[in-house]
Amino acid sequence: MSRADVLVSAEWAEQNLNAPGVVFVEVDEDVSAYDKGHIPGAVKLDWRLDLQDPVRRDFVNKEQFEKLLSSRGIAGDDTVILYGGNNNWFAAYAYWYFKVYGHRSVKLLDGGRKKWELDGRTLDAETVTRDATTYQATEQDRSIRAFRDDVVAAIGAQNLVDVRSPDEFSGKLFAPAHLPQEQPYVAGHVPGATNVPWSKAANEDGTFKSDAELQELYGDLDDAKDTIAYCRIGERSSHTWFVLRELLGLKNVRNYDGSWTEYGSLVGVPVEREV
Amino acid sequence: MQSCADAGSSLPDGAALPGQTVLQGSVTTDGAPVSGAYVRLLDAGDEFVAEVVTPDTGDFRFFVAPGAWTLSALHRSGKARTTLQIDQPGTVDAALSLA
Repeated sequence: MSRADVLVSAEWAEQNLNAPGVVFVEVDEDVSAYDKGHIPGAVKLDWRLDLQDPVRRDFVNKEQFEKLLSSRGIAGDDTVILYGGNNNWFAAYAYWYFKVYGHRSVKLLDGGRKKWELDGRTLDAETVTRDATTYQATEQDRSIRAFRDDVVAAIGAQNLVDVRSPDEFSGKLFAPAHLPQEQPYVAGHVPGATNVPWSKAANEDGTFKSDAELQELYGDLDDAKDTIAYCRIGERSSHTWFVLRELLGLKNVRNYDGSWTEYGSLVGVPVEREV
Repeated sequence: MQSCADAGSSLPDGAALPGQTVLQGSVTTDGAPVSGAYVRLLDAGDEFVAEVVTPDTGDFRFFVAPGAWTLSALHRSGKARTTLQIDQPGTVDAALSLA
């Protein structure tokens, strides 16, 4: 795996906006961002409406995912270029999600929407329609998705990477500092977890740091062990999952999308807190 | 599921929750609001906390706890940076002028 397999530059993207077999897909934290302006030809996925089950806290199921991608005009053999705001948080989440459902060719736009905007590249608000497809997904790949029992079993046995801010990790805060701190769960982290905030993997313009910088950043991880990344709801940890598995090539890296909102609500599991 | 970085968007204008602080302001250049500026909130250790993109009004807003905070703005037309010491809960105004 090399960067060229999983990332495209803004320059490449601009030169391939109309390339056959290439579909640009925007996924934003701010779900209104796409509607104000998007990369020409890009379709939208709404992480709340499209990528979450409407009732349960879970993914949409295989049939729902197939229906979603079919309606967006995405075919199984298309190369999907994902991008979004917040340094590609939810684009990385969607990348991981596409991988869970077995999409063969999916890449991230390095730097996402931020890099595109900072470069002054074109955004438009034109409605994008694509001919519907008959998309077929695979069964979920559980080798890259961790559940709560996997995390509990990993304590003391696997690398656990907590990618939240140091204050969330220590237990000083329940949520990112700019959000309300009233939460129903306890604060802290999974015992033995290493705190490497996701933001350390990105440059100021949203692009990923160099391989050498990333290798130094995650140098404390034990190569001989499997790894689970988590944050609060699973999108910041998707960013780190992408770095660890797709850029650094670590084997057996799973993203725990239940993350701290689930773990911190479990009765009877061990928690560490430093404040 | 609540997102990680609503950037205060769910909070009515001018409202703060009891015991919490809202850090808000606008990004300008030559006195005019700047849209599409990336405003980043950094903690006392200069660590990334959150980032929002300004709308047409140039406004931004973050929840913070009392302490030292840095705001930085990045736009293709310039940069700005300011540091604030917040001693108690409430609403704190900040301004970022691109240069």
